[in-house]
Amino acid sequence: MYVAVKGGEAAIENAHRLLDDRRRGDRSVPALTLDQIAGQLALAVDRVMAEGSLYDRELGALAVKQARGDLIEAIFLLRAYRTTLPRFGYSRPVDTAAMLVERRISACYKDLPGGQVLGPTFDYTHRLLDPALAEDAGTDQPVRREGETEPVMRVSEILAGEGLIEGDGAVAQEKGVGDITRTPMEFPMDRDTRLQALSRGDEGFLLALGYSTQRGYARSHPFAGEIRIGEVEVSVDIPELGFAVSLGRVQVTECQMVNQFKGSAKAPPQFTRGYGLVFGQSERKAMAMALVDRALRASELGEDMTAPAQDEEFVISHSDNVQATGFVEHLKLPHYVDFQAELDLVRRMRAEHDAARVTGAGDELEAAE
Amino acid sequence: MNATAGAIATYNFAYLDEQTKRMIRRAILKGIAIPGYQVPFASREMPMPYGWGTGGVQVTASILGPDDTLKVIDQGADDTTNAISIRKFFQKTAGVATTTRTGDATVIQTRHRIPETPLKSGQVLVYQVPIPEPLRFLEPRETETRKMHALEEYGLMHVKLYEDIARNGHIATTYAYPVKVEGRYVMDPSPTPKFDNPKMHMSPALQLFGAGREKRIYAIPPFTRVVSLDFEDHPFTVQDFGRPCALCGAEHVYLDEVILDDAGGRMFICSDTDHCEERREAGHAGEMLAGEAAQ
Amino acid sequence: MSEAEHLAGGLADPVFDAQSAFRAVMAAMAEPGTVHAPGRLAGPPAPLSAVAATILTTLCDADTPVWLDPALAASEAVTAWIAFHAGSPVTANPVEAHFAFVTDPAAMPAFDGFGLGSHEYPDRSTTIVLQVAGFDGGEPLTLAGPGIETTRTFAPSPMPRNFTTQWAANQARFPRGVDLVLAGPDAVACLPRYTRLVPTED
Repeated sequence: MYVAVKGGEAAIENAHRLLDDRRRGDRSVPALTLDQIAGQLALAVDRVMAEGSLYDRELGALAVKQARGDLIEAIFLLRAYRTTLPRFGYSRPVDTAAMLVERRISACYKDLPGGQVLGPTFDYTHRLLDPALAEDAGTDQPVRREGETEPVMRVSEILAGEGLIEGDGAVAQEKGVGDITRTPMEFPMDRDTRLQALSRGDEGFLLALGYSTQRGYARSHPFAGEIRIGEVEVSVDIPELGFAVSLGRVQVTECQMVNQFKGSAKAPPQFTRGYGLVFGQSERKAMAMALVDRALRASELGEDMTAPAQDEEFVISHSDNVQATGFVEHLKLPHYVDFQAELDLVRRMRAEHDAARVTGAGDELEAAE
Repeated sequence: MNATAGAIATYNFAYLDEQTKRMIRRAILKGIAIPGYQVPFASREMPMPYGWGTGGVQVTASILGPDDTLKVIDQGADDTTNAISIRKFFQKTAGVATTTRTGDATVIQTRHRIPETPLKSGQVLVYQVPIPEPLRFLEPRETETRKMHALEEYGLMHVKLYEDIARNGHIATTYAYPVKVEGRYVMDPSPTPKFDNPKMHMSPALQLFGAGREKRIYAIPPFTRVVSLDFEDHPFTVQDFGRPCALCGAEHVYLDEVILDDAGGRMFICSDTDHCEERREAGHAGEMLAGEAAQ
Repeated sequence: MSEAEHLAGGLADPVFDAQSAFRAVMAAMAEPGTVHAPGRLAGPPAPLSAVAATILTTLCDADTPVWLDPALAASEAVTAWIAFHAGSPVTANPVEAHFAFVTDPAAMPAFDGFGLGSHEYPDRSTTIVLQVAGFDGGEPLTLAGPGIETTRTFAPSPMPRNFTTQWAANQARFPRGVDLVLAGPDAVACLPRYTRLVPTED
């Protein structure tokens, strides 16, 4: 006789146990430590912190380990933890001009105050697999130049000196701090919350959109005005004390794209800005974010709206990979009740179609279609 | 805040922090006061994926108390994997009593079905909603659909349904069939089969809808008029399977088609597992069981 | 006022007391005119009532500006209590208020002076909490609409001036409008904006 499928609970438990086993892998191989992940897979941890919106290398490393290296799963783990944390207040804006830069380059100027600092970059490496890395062959100590701890001026300030670039776009004081994790999003968005959404957005999605602008879908004539990576101080105002207290330093990557702009009815010819700021070292994401930010400013600057990257509701509604992965993957949940309804409908429509065919009316119907 | 005795120490009762619960509770009250209107809320990341019931879970977590008895169903069944997973989540974080009996539950969280057993006054039915906007597939932009709701401009929806009729001779929407609530808002009933739509009308229970990814909560108070959209010459009808449940013999219930073998053998059984079990316990038998008893 | 006065009198168990109070309000909102006890109550300084204060700590926080009627606004003990237990900013502008608390319904401003929401966002309106003496001593009100199978009659008092006229105007504004939460001595009832008043049969 037919027995309905039962025992889902045991099945779930066993599946999770198997998952645990596969995560650990061969027991004769030492388990990864969080230090190893945070230290040696640092860019994976950086991405998880950036898109998980939580700056904590240890938790980022734990998430990467628990997710078996699936970064979107790790981002999800971190987000679900973050959302339970109490909110004590908002920090002051970080001052990236005061950043202690480890990397700082500009594509606009050959040389500039503070110099071009390559830092720890994959650029100019030849992408040849290095067999020596298969073993722990030992690594040379890096060389450091003098004076690396001095703040360096931003490229945008050089252009601003000539009045050729738009201002930073100050936010009205009374507006308060926008936060898409606390207030439901509403379109059209303000640029601050839009930037927050982009900063949490999926690197791959933003990369593809940024790329599309370069290929002519809302071309924005970008120059990498400046990319800088380094540590900035985070401080928070304590009302009881009446002054700001430093909470520590975080590493961020900032990209300021400088975009040529011929002018429109709304703004004169000048250079305009696209902005990217991401936790950790994530140059690709910061650059893509800056391109997309600029594209999304089309209506503000009076440009023609022609491409997906300019469509705020489209871009922001689909940039969050935790939302996207959940909804795409929910298709594997049972849908048999709805499928039954569709099955019934298709059977009925098919029967009607076949019946019509027999009577000859089908030919007319097809011709009409 | 304090975690309750018996629940895990690191998270609050029912997982959500109190500030989040207050925000969701305010949205629920607004939803009840404006039946069928989708209230935006600052949906949180939950420890299960978006699309897997995060909206329903947030609503349930915000209303649930120690005196409640919770039932969770998916596709009408208590024992589908996601229903089990959500039920376990609340057992673990809220230590709440659970049941599979529709009549014993004070709060029922559901995905894709409304129980066959009529709901009672005082019960709360919480729906998991993937796409709360009934106009979304006609107009993808939130900015536009919001205006359409504001102006009560639902012509597009009628045009779509009428195109179905022109093309197929009948409306080709079988689930997530749009309804009008108390003569004002057009509402998505979540992807329940249209078979369940009439159960929403004048139900004595409170119906709450949570869409986590889309960040919307809406509600139907008890005894509210909920009318499926239709036309005078093409009135709304529900599916009729033309046969009773093979296990319990129930008629006019929603059935699942179960494939029995690779030779095309199949049978139809209740999608509502609790309803089916209760009937069998009461001595009802469908052809499958009656046949066995005879042997 | 002593320090202790505003520190005391919060919900004894903020998680469970708030949950049970919310369920009372939710049930009252879902079935207009029915009366529900919120469970264990807060102990605020007068003239804020225990039930109104319980609703306040259950639903209000730093994200919800509240408007206080003159009697409440004049009480330093009340404003300090609200600041400590809910952290809600007090606004002098009723249109901005997410919640309004009224001790003297007869003297309150007209409903249309509060936030009514917009056609796009009718939820952005003020929920008005009225402290009432009871639900059966006033002018009988017969209610109809969602949440009510046929009609339901109750008689809260005191109610705002010209209540039936004001409420008809509020109801006609649907989906915009204010919602009322009536805080009695030990229970709550609600009048959501959709509820219609029908002539009471004698």
